[in-house]
Amino acid sequence: MSEPVLRVDGLSVAFGHPLGKVHAVDDVSFALAAGERFGLAGESGSGKSTLALAILRMIKPPGRIEAGEVWLGNTRLADLDEEGMRALRLAGIALVPQGSMNSLNPVLRIGKQIADAFTDHGLHLNRGEEKRRIAALLVQVGLPEGVARMYPHELSGGMKQRACIAIATCLRPRVIIADEPTSALDVVVQRQVMATLARVQEELGAAVVLIGHDMGLMAQFIDRLAVMYAGRLVEVAPIAEIIDRPRHPYTRALVASLPSLETRGALTGIPGLAPLLRDLPPGCAFHPRCTLATERCRAERPLLRRVDGTEVACHLA
Amino acid sequence: MAPKWPAILRDAVAPLIEAIDVSKRFAGGLGRESTLALAGLSLAVHAETPSIIAVVGESGSGKTTLARLLLGLAEPTGGEVRYRGTDLHKLTREERRTFRRDVQAVFQDPYGVYNPFYRVDHVLTAPVRRFQLASSRAEARELIGEALRGVGLQPEEILGRFPHQLSGGQRQRVMVARALLLGPKLIVADEPVSMVDASLRATILSSLRKLTDDRGISILYITHDLATAFQVSDSILVLYRAHLVEAGAAERVIAAPQHPYTQLLISAIPRAHAARDWLIDEDEETRKGRAPLSAHGCCFADRCPHAASDCLAAPPDLYHTEQRRAVACVRFRDHPALSAGALGEVLHFTPALPGAPCDESFPHSGQAE
Repeated sequence: MSEPVLRVDGLSVAFGHPLGKVHAVDDVSFALAAGERFGLAGESGSGKSTLALAILRMIKPPGRIEAGEVWLGNTRLADLDEEGMRALRLAGIALVPQGSMNSLNPVLRIGKQIADAFTDHGLHLNRGEEKRRIAALLVQVGLPEGVARMYPHELSGGMKQRACIAIATCLRPRVIIADEPTSALDVVVQRQVMATLARVQEELGAAVVLIGHDMGLMAQFIDRLAVMYAGRLVEVAPIAEIIDRPRHPYTRALVASLPSLETRGALTGIPGLAPLLRDLPPGCAFHPRCTLATERCRAERPLLRRVDGTEVACHLA
Repeated sequence: MAPKWPAILRDAVAPLIEAIDVSKRFAGGLGRESTLALAGLSLAVHAETPSIIAVVGESGSGKTTLARLLLGLAEPTGGEVRYRGTDLHKLTREERRTFRRDVQAVFQDPYGVYNPFYRVDHVLTAPVRRFQLASSRAEARELIGEALRGVGLQPEEILGRFPHQLSGGQRQRVMVARALLLGPKLIVADEPVSMVDASLRATILSSLRKLTDDRGISILYITHDLATAFQVSDSILVLYRAHLVEAGAAERVIAAPQHPYTQLLISAIPRAHAARDWLIDEDEETRKGRAPLSAHGCCFADRCPHAASDCLAAPPDLYHTEQRRAVACVRFRDHPALSAGALGEVLHFTPALPGAPCDESFPHSGQAE
C-alpha cells in the first residue's frame, strides 16, 4: 500500500463507570489508503461510532482516549492543540454523524449553514465568491442551486442528507467518515445518496470510512471491511473475501443475517446478546454466542493475526 | 361495494377486518392544499386463514395511515373499515371491546413506548387489569409468563427490570408479548424492526412468523424493507404516494415484479454478493427527460421508464394479472380490471392443507397456487 492517508495505531477509549472502567474501543489499528473506501461494521454498542469520535478527538468525559495514536498523513493528531484540531476537523477529516440530516439548523437557510463552515475555518470570501462556491457544492451533490435559499424543512430526507454531504466536503477533506448516512432513508433514496457520496469522494480523491451494519450496502460500496465486536476489531479483509469467505464466526453470522431475496426461510439471526462491555467474558468476547467455541476460546483471548492476506482474531481461522 | 352480510351469517363469513376502498385525505387548512395519504385501498384479513400481509412503501407512502385506519385510530375520508362486517365507527360498546382485544398494535419505537420510571412489568399488567384477564396475582403472573415465552423470552430475565436494562430487541418482543396477552386475531405491526439491529431483526421476525403458524394470529407487517417482507410474509402490498401499485403472493411479487416501482425498489436493495452492480446514478440522470407528475395520471409516471401519454391522462385501474395478484399499471390493461373493494377477496390467502411439507428450520405455511 502507498503512504496511508489515515493511520490509527492501538487506539483505546475508556469510559469511567461506577462499576469499573469500560473499554468502548480496545486497541484498534488500521490504515487507510488515499481514495480507499473502508467499512466499519458491527452491532450497536460495538464501538463503531466511538471510534469515529476518537479519531477526531471528540470523546467527551467520562470518556477518555487511553492509548494509541492517530496520524493524518504526517501529522500526529495528539500533537495538535485544541485550535489546530478544530481547524483539522472538517478541513482534514470530515464527519457525517449519525442522524446528521436531523441536526441541520432549522432556522438557517442551507446556504448560510455552508457559509458558516467557511467563516469558521477562517475562509473569508466575498459575497459573490461565497455564493459561487456554495452553488458549486450543491450541484456537486446533485442538488439544484436554489437549495441554498431553502430551509431544512423544505427538503426531503435524501436532499437533507445530500446537504450534509455538501457541508462535510466544503473544505475538501482528505478523509470523510460517514456514520450510517442512510439508515433513515428508503432503499431508492439510499442508492442515490451513496452514489452522490461516491462521486464527491472520487472528485476529491478522499478516503471514506463508512460505518454501518448493512452488509449488503458494505458489499456494494466499500473496498475493505473491518468488523468490530465489543470494542475490538475481529476481522479486517477485502470486502469480496468477507462476502465469499468470512473467517470469523461473527462475520459469518453478520453476513448470514442479511435477508435473502432468492430463498425464503433463510432468515437467521445471531443467537444471544452482545456482551456487556463492563463485564466481558474471558477469552474471546464472542465465545458465548459462537457455535464453534472450544476450551481455548473460553480461556485465551485471540489476537488479530494475518491469515492469507486478511486479518482475523479467531483461534479457529 | 362489498355485500352487506346478513346478521346471522356475519360472524361466520365476514372477514375479521376489511378495508373497502378506503381513502384518507388530510385537510390543508387556511387555503393550503389537502394531502392525500391513502387512495382507495381494499384489504381483507380473515380470522380462519391466518397469514402475514406485508405493506411495503417509502416514507410518506401511506403505510402508517393504513395501520391507523385499521386500528380505528383515524377515520377514513372515503370508503369504510369493517370489523366482522360492521363499520368500525358503528360498533356497539361490547363489539368495540372485543375489537380492542382482537386487533392489537406493535409500534416502531421500542424505546419510546415505555415509561422509564416503571418496570417493564407495567406494560404487561396494565392490559391484564384493564380487561380483567386474571382473577388472582398468581394467575396474572402465569399469563404474563406464557406470553413472554411465546415470543422466546424467559420471564425471569425480563420481569422486575426497567426498560433501560433491556436491549432494543427484548423491548420490542415484550411489546409483542403484551399484544399476545389479549389473545388477538390480528397484530398490526408498524415498522417493528426498523430500529433494531440487523442481527436481531431475524429473531423478532421469526417469533412473529411463529405466532401466525402456531397460534393462528394474522399479522399486518408494515415496513419499508422489501427483503424482510419477502422472508416472513405470505402476501405483499406495495404502496407508492398513497396508491396501491402492486399486490400479490410474496414469492411472485419479489421474483417477478410487474409494476415499474416494485422493480425499482427491488433493484435498489444492496445485495451481499460479489458483483458490484448496485451503485448507479441512473435515477438522477434519466429523471430530467421524463414526464412531469400529473395530478390526474399515474402516481409513478414522473419516475417511470415506460411512461406514455396515457399514463398522464388518468390513473391506471387495478388489473388482475394472475391468481392472487393485482397491478396498477396500464401496461397490463389486457387483463381484467378489478372493481373497488374486490381486491380484498382477490388477495384472500388460502393456506396449505394441514400436513403439507414445511421448512423445518423456519416454518412457513406453504403456498397454495
